[in-house]
Amino acid sequence: MKTLRYGSVTAPVLGALWCFVIAVTLAVAMSFATGAPFRPALLWSLLWGAGIGFGALFGAVTLWGAALGVFVLGVLGIGPMASGDGTGVVALALGHGAVALFTALGARKILEECRIGALTRHEFEEAVIRFLTGFGYIFFTAIVLIPFYVMVMTSLKNQAQLMANPLDFSIDLTQGLSLFRSYGELMTEYSFGSYLWTSFYVSVLTVLITLAFAIPGAYAVARLRFRGQALFARSILLIYMVPMIVLALPIYIAFSMTGLRNTIFGIVIIYPVTTIPVALYMLQGYFRGLPAEIEEAGLMDGLSRLKVIWQITLPLSLPALASVSLYVFMIAWNEFLLAFMLLDDPSKFTLTRGIASLNSSEVPRQHLMAGAVIATVPIMVLFLGLERFMTKGLTAGSVKG
Amino acid sequence: MTDAVPPTGTGPLARREARLAWGLLFPTLAAVSLVVILPLLAVFWISFKPVGLADLRPPAPVVREDIRGDLAAPGDEATLRYRLRNSSQDQPILGVTLSDAWPEGLEAGELDPRCTIADGRLSCAFGDWEGGAREQLRIPVTATEAYFAGPGATDSDPVMGGEARNILTSFDFTLENFAQIFDGGEFWSVLGVTLFYTVFGTLGALIMGLFAAMLLNKSFKGQGILRGLYLFPYVAPVIAVAFAWILLFDPFSGSANALLIQMGVSEGAINFFGERPLALLMVTLFEIWRYFPLSFLFILARMQSIDHDMYEAADMDGASPFQKFWYLSLPQLLGILSVLFLLRFIWTFNKFDDIFLLTGGNAGTRVLTVNVYEQAFALSNIGAGAAVAVVIFCCLLLFSLFFFKVMSREEGL
Repeated sequence: MKTLRYGSVTAPVLGALWCFVIAVTLAVAMSFATGAPFRPALLWSLLWGAGIGFGALFGAVTLWGAALGVFVLGVLGIGPMASGDGTGVVALALGHGAVALFTALGARKILEECRIGALTRHEFEEAVIRFLTGFGYIFFTAIVLIPFYVMVMTSLKNQAQLMANPLDFSIDLTQGLSLFRSYGELMTEYSFGSYLWTSFYVSVLTVLITLAFAIPGAYAVARLRFRGQALFARSILLIYMVPMIVLALPIYIAFSMTGLRNTIFGIVIIYPVTTIPVALYMLQGYFRGLPAEIEEAGLMDGLSRLKVIWQITLPLSLPALASVSLYVFMIAWNEFLLAFMLLDDPSKFTLTRGIASLNSSEVPRQHLMAGAVIATVPIMVLFLGLERFMTKGLTAGSVKG
Repeated sequence: MTDAVPPTGTGPLARREARLAWGLLFPTLAAVSLVVILPLLAVFWISFKPVGLADLRPPAPVVREDIRGDLAAPGDEATLRYRLRNSSQDQPILGVTLSDAWPEGLEAGELDPRCTIADGRLSCAFGDWEGGAREQLRIPVTATEAYFAGPGATDSDPVMGGEARNILTSFDFTLENFAQIFDGGEFWSVLGVTLFYTVFGTLGALIMGLFAAMLLNKSFKGQGILRGLYLFPYVAPVIAVAFAWILLFDPFSGSANALLIQMGVSEGAINFFGERPLALLMVTLFEIWRYFPLSFLFILARMQSIDHDMYEAADMDGASPFQKFWYLSLPQLLGILSVLFLLRFIWTFNKFDDIFLLTGGNAGTRVLTVNVYEQAFALSNIGAGAAVAVVIFCCLLLFSLFFFKVMSREEGL
């Protein structure tokens, strides 16, 4: 461990690791973008990375010199990233240039406090942390983005193109609007327009019903004194821990017997019940945080309790109501199990149930992914637009997966 | 003059407040007990009963009525025919009866001895029916003048009666369901898979969340965007991301396989979701991927509320970054980490959708929740499914007891 803490050891080791990370990242990125066979070369990337890391110790000139050398080596075919035959010149130059550039930039940042001689423990650990940070950003961004990227791109390509080269996600823009053929077919032939609408109004109704139940309940738990209040506040969360599949079985039986199965009405009465406990829990936490004095002032001025809730508490808790609504909307929009078990009639499908019905060998994969995109985009847009509320709402002490 | 004493008991104001509280809580209580408590009781009830999917419709007598021949003018003859059967192939129905309005002016010929016509009604009593029983009732009829003024012979629907034993409401109990699920090694392997999935899914999501939170626990440009981006897996509909994963790791046209082969990591295509034990590892990875954002969010929120002075003091004392993390941050985060661990543990244990969509419980990935579905719907044995559900619920009660012990200590949430 001690020997590692010399700049002349630390720098090449971190440089080598960093170069390998960059080579893998760019090989994947270039493959996805062009479809050409790029792959990281383990030995070369470690070797040249060590060189760049060592070069970084001697200032900017040596660093960039080393980077230029790595670029030339890459084009010659013995760089950190290897490319197969038949790769375009532009892609080649771009790919190897990017490897050299990002390796050098990263190495400079990671090793900015390092010298040739012995490093203090502080300097050494800082360098390691900077390496880990860089690696973390790349790693998390990649694992989050790749599935979504694959989802969107697959929805734009037909089966033959997919089978020909599963790595080629480049898009032929000259096709124009026919790129979105899958979406058109889903909307017209598979009536996804109506599924979208069903999902939307079911979710909105769920939000409204949930709030109508949860607001009074949350207020009572948070503000009013009654016997069993503490026990009650606790058992709300307990109820939320009952797994849905355990409840789904008797609900399925009851709905089959009463004819509620296969009706939107059945779905609309069952969804809110799954969300009321969590909404109540989130809201009561927020209500507790509001100053009671304002409400007491209202009571002194002759308002009734219900009027106090309506005219004072609710306007004050609009942000909390927004995040609870968003969260409930998300649960209802994404709900799959109940829709899957209770709906059989294609004219009444919600979006998630509609996508499940696309999962058959007769429907091309392209359509399945287009359906997934249709379900994902609205909730993403809503979420990114109101991210602040969402983050708050999720951390407000709630939350189920 | 008497001494002033503080009032004892509850005064009218307190009582009014409690009444209001219960009034406000009533809708929630009613809804929750209707959809949570009642079904839970039902699951317990069903788990002790030999119920199959087919038993959900109790056996009932079914009748079809038609008329052979044309009744066009007075004096025309025809045959009125009732075809009857037991809807169930194996369950008997007791005391089957038929009743139908008998039109005025229609003269019946030879009548089945079990039937009578009186007061404008045809009534028959067939006695008990075995499962799968069929009957045919033929009544030769002659129309008279009066018949054409009123409703026709087949205009009214015949009404059937009879007592069928409904397995759901009877008092027959059996332990067969439990014997069946605990029988053989299958249950224990399912339990083992569940524990692996739950423990590693939870731990993995926590560690990844901690790592991601440390990355974003500083302000820089684009921090908000990255934070939003890292929440994607959690926010997107499970069905969409599950299918994206299936496609990505497809053995024939999946990009992951193509990538691995191109990079020389693997020789041939790997069936990620179809091979033991790889499939279990993959669904666990999916669980980690999907739920790290949640732990990330909670841990980040806690990190940002840690007092900064502490770190400055540590800097003065010459603590290294790793020491600061190990001796300062981690102890501060221990509370939220343990609460998150317990919550996620319970929720992962309950998880159904993810595995159901990814593998359908095949290739050694059947967890308890998927087993409920498998028993109840794939094997059409609702009783056994309910028995598994009861087992899940009991495990859950154990976890919850433990959870509330820790919760009351931490008060983290």
